[in-house]
Amino acid sequence: MIAITEAPIDHSALTAYVRSNLAGAVCTFLGTVREMTGDRRTSSLDYEAYPDMALKKMAELEAEARHRWPVIALAMVHRVGHLDLGEISVVVAVSCPHRHQAMDAARWLIDTLKDVVPIWKKEVWADGTEEWVHPGLDQKTGPG
Amino acid sequence: MRVTVRLFALARQRAGRSEIVVDLDVPATVGALRSVLGAAYPELAPLIPSLMFAVENEYATDDTSIAPDAEVAAIPPVSGGTSFAKG
Repeated sequence: MIAITEAPIDHSALTAYVRSNLAGAVCTFLGTVREMTGDRRTSSLDYEAYPDMALKKMAELEAEARHRWPVIALAMVHRVGHLDLGEISVVVAVSCPHRHQAMDAARWLIDTLKDVVPIWKKEVWADGTEEWVHPGLDQKTGPG
Repeated sequence: MRVTVRLFALARQRAGRSEIVVDLDVPATVGALRSVLGAAYPELAPLIPSLMFAVENEYATDDTSIAPDAEVAAIPPVSGGTSFAKG
C-alpha cells in the first residue's frame, strides 16, 4: 500500500495493515519532525511532492523490496504540506517471516525513498527564516 | 518546439511559478533544455548545475530525448542527505 497524503498518518493502522499470521516480524519506521538540527531550532516543516513521479518511484521501491526480501505485506505513506514538531512525515511498515528480513527491508526502503523519491522539505526555522533542504545545492549563490 | 517544464521546491520558489515554457530545437534533449534554461530564466541559472530532470516521470540524462507533449520536470536535489555522515 503506497500513498502520498495531506492528512495526518495513522501509523498504527498501517502496522495493522501489514500484520499477518505468515509473519514472524513486523517493522514499522516513522519519520517525525525534529526540533533541533545541530543548534538550530525548527518551528515546522513544509513537504512538497511531485506526486505522479513519487508514486511511481515508491511502487518501484516496493517491487525491488519484494524481489530482495520475502515481504508479506508492505505499506509506505508520505505526508505532504505543513507539519508541526513531532508529527509523522513518513511511515514504512514491512512484514516478513523473520526479523532481520523485515528490518533490512524497512531500512533499505526508507533510505532509498529519501534518495530517489521526488519529495522535498522546507525548514521553517524558529528565527522566522525558511530554507529548502537540497543537499549539495548552495542556496546562497545567485539572486533570490 | 515548446516544452513545458514543471518546477518544484526551490526551483518553483525562485521562478515564482510551478511551470515554465522553453523553446527548443527539434530533436530536443534534456541537455539542450539545460543549456537554454538559464538564459530564458536567469533566476534559475544558479540552480541548473544541481538540477536533475525527469521526462515522463523517469530520471533523465542529458542524452535523453524529449518528445513533443512529453511531461518534463526539473528535480532539485531530494532531501535524503540528512544523515550525520553527509552533514
